[in-house]
Amino acid sequence: MSRRALILAALAATAFAPAAFAQDFAVTNATVATGDGGAPIEHGTVVVRAGKVVAAGAGVAVPAGVQTIDGTGKWVTPGLFSAVTDLGLWDVEAVSNSNDSAADKSPFNAALDVSPAINPSSEHIAISREGGVTRASVAPANGDSIFAGQGALIDLGADPNAVTKARAFQYVQLGEAGAKLAGGSRVAAHVALRSALREARDIAATPNAARSTDAMLTHADAVALAPVLDGRQPLYVGVERAADIRSVLALKSEFPKLDLVLVGATEGWLVASEIAAAKVPVITMPLRDLPSAFEALAATQSNVGRMKKAGVKVAIGMFSGSNQPRYAPQEAGNLVALAKLPGAAGLTWGEAFAAITSVPAEISGMGGKAGVLAPGAVGDVVIWDGDPLELSSAPLEVFIDGVKQPLDNHQSRLKQRYRNLDRTYLPKAFDW
Amino acid sequence: MTKTPGLRRWTSLLVLGTALALSANSADAKKDDKKAAPIVADPYPSTYKAYPGTPTALVGATVYDGRGGKIENGVVLFRDGKLVAIGAADMAIPDGYTRIDGRGKFVTPGVIDIHSHLGVYPSPAVDALADGNEMTNPTTPDVWAEHSVWPQDPGFTRALANGGVTTLEILPGSGNLMGGRTVTLKNVPSITVQGMKFPGAPYSLKMACGENPKRVYGEKGQKPSTRMGNFSVDRQAWIDARHYMDGDHSERDLGKDTLEGVLKGQILVQNHCYRADEMAQVIDMAKEMGYKVTAFHHAVEAYKIADLLRDNDICAAVWADWYGFKMEAYDAIPENAALLANAGTCVVIHSDDENGIQRLNQEAAKAQADGRRIGIDIPDAKVVGWFTYNAAKSMGIGDKTGSLEAGKMADVVLWNGSPLSVYSRPEKVWIDGALMFDALDPKRRPVSDFELGQLGEGDVK
Repeated sequence: MSRRALILAALAATAFAPAAFAQDFAVTNATVATGDGGAPIEHGTVVVRAGKVVAAGAGVAVPAGVQTIDGTGKWVTPGLFSAVTDLGLWDVEAVSNSNDSAADKSPFNAALDVSPAINPSSEHIAISREGGVTRASVAPANGDSIFAGQGALIDLGADPNAVTKARAFQYVQLGEAGAKLAGGSRVAAHVALRSALREARDIAATPNAARSTDAMLTHADAVALAPVLDGRQPLYVGVERAADIRSVLALKSEFPKLDLVLVGATEGWLVASEIAAAKVPVITMPLRDLPSAFEALAATQSNVGRMKKAGVKVAIGMFSGSNQPRYAPQEAGNLVALAKLPGAAGLTWGEAFAAITSVPAEISGMGGKAGVLAPGAVGDVVIWDGDPLELSSAPLEVFIDGVKQPLDNHQSRLKQRYRNLDRTYLPKAFDW
Repeated sequence: MTKTPGLRRWTSLLVLGTALALSANSADAKKDDKKAAPIVADPYPSTYKAYPGTPTALVGATVYDGRGGKIENGVVLFRDGKLVAIGAADMAIPDGYTRIDGRGKFVTPGVIDIHSHLGVYPSPAVDALADGNEMTNPTTPDVWAEHSVWPQDPGFTRALANGGVTTLEILPGSGNLMGGRTVTLKNVPSITVQGMKFPGAPYSLKMACGENPKRVYGEKGQKPSTRMGNFSVDRQAWIDARHYMDGDHSERDLGKDTLEGVLKGQILVQNHCYRADEMAQVIDMAKEMGYKVTAFHHAVEAYKIADLLRDNDICAAVWADWYGFKMEAYDAIPENAALLANAGTCVVIHSDDENGIQRLNQEAAKAQADGRRIGIDIPDAKVVGWFTYNAAKSMGIGDKTGSLEAGKMADVVLWNGSPLSVYSRPEKVWIDGALMFDALDPKRRPVSDFELGQLGEGDVK
């Protein structure tokens, strides 16, 4: 075989790797949480064939010839979906050479596209996979523009094909951080946003026309915003303050097709009915209850519960840096705890679990396909040693697209190496 | 996308490190001060006194005493600010005690955080209130955290209500090799810092090794810019302090006063340090210079030298599972705490975070579970000690609080479920026998001046 043919063969092999190793399997007699918002199902069964969920629930028969895993005493769930993360964009967050999340010296902004930079071999991905996270929406961080660029949807499979959808959304930062990026005020940020969308509208309408000499966006950035303008690409808006949220919702009067998603929304509970009426979903970090900025004076752990009660679609997300995607169950579990406290608003167990599975998947455009155990959904299945929201629980097995995943990584090797401290006969470096 | 709150301190370090101009060495500024002020041992004395409480009997709960003991269906008695007795169901309850039914609930000592920046990096996180790192000199043992603490930080109230935190040590940041003196506070609302100061708590010196100091000063084109520079500056400071200690003190030097206190064993050392090799070097430096490290903080590689720490009687104050956010945290593993405990090393779970301090119990539970999965089974009662007694001991107040023992301060949390479950929260929190938080009483929850009348009014909306 020629060198070129060899390369093509190798590429073909990797491209089809997931399907090639997807196995048919069923987990029986387990506590099944399907991710749909309902209560867990005792003595349930989940069947996966050809990389897809075939059936999940009580009274499900296992087809003949399908390998069965005894789920007695275990829990089975869809993989966790981590919305708005930095997974795959850094090796060490503070080592700038290894960090691709922001580009503050780039001439581009909205055109930035994280998908070619995502590293499926990142330890961060491996560690998150071990924690039961199987899919994520990866967002860039802002460089020196309110537009951070375009995020991607990924799966966390141990294979070369992480990106399942490139350019899945555009991210714009408003509020205090946006004001700073735009030159010093919220006023400037809103002008920058509206002006950019108008430039995108112009370039979409007359792609070959000469652009105005005072155009602020590069050609690539203006072109990148065109799908935002007509609603083909969702616009994720980082925003915290109630008044800022209202201003975001008001954008639709000038740009009616915008497909908005609020990210942050610390004061969302104050404008929950308006967010619900606008049918704009929210991705938030629920336990942030401190007035960490003047735009977050109304911060409360009851934010999610109150928004949910008002009819807002709310996902738990925004894990980045040392606040890692594998902590999502802890955030969700705390909302269950909150429901027991007088005066606080929390979630039921089913709602809390949905907030880290099906709801973020729906917001990310994968409704019914990810974050749920339902016929036709991807075969992302996690078998846990207990209630997945409880602090003592962890995944025993993780499947992505029906493929059983390796759960070892740098951390697991270190823990094995240092399980005992005997250095008598040889240095630890020989223990591997 | 905004940065996570937990990283605020080092990201602000990156910004401030280049923005701040180097100021004159503080020693030079004192040359004219010929008349030395007299050394006052306690010039900013605590004015805290226990608030009124009623004699209370907690009856029927599962009691973890903070020192490894567990009593099912236990009784905890306290009055006049002190624990009176802890016993089993058959223990007699004297007249005059208000009984609280603890059936199905849990009692622990008040939660203690050995590593907090509340008050010195408060909420809101605006520059005007960021007073935790005096990054104008790599060694500032002369600064005292208590002079930066803003008592109105709403973080204190959240730590109380959600985390059951009754005592906390506020440290200067880690931008400097010697960051200054810490202050230990009772988590009571107060107009003044003195009104929070823990009576009789010793001071600690905050030290830092590794990336932060060499980055902050290296970026200024100044020593230290390397780890060897870090050690050089530290060692010279100790040598100078020893000289000062042996002198006549005719010229007061605030920084050397602190270092002298360390050399005399009156001031503890809380040392921010991540890597195993670096902790080993610090242990040798301490021996060379004649002081003792009380605890290594963060200590993400402590598991590699658990035996060394144990043999040198040094505690490791750690997160459950922070990882990867900086180079020196690359080998962090979730089993750190369990491996340390398994080796017989003293473990403290700390927060270093205004959100994490609200869930120290949960962090400990995660670390416990990570241990169990590699065959290290640490009982719940011992794990509770990771965020109570072990912290108190490492702060030099283990004889006063941190455990449920007769005669100690009545710092007590009644939890509505196991403190090691995600589904549990503090129901009531007493500090020196005074009820400072009650989840069932909307008015028994502090609202800081800052939040009063604003949208966030104490999160009691």
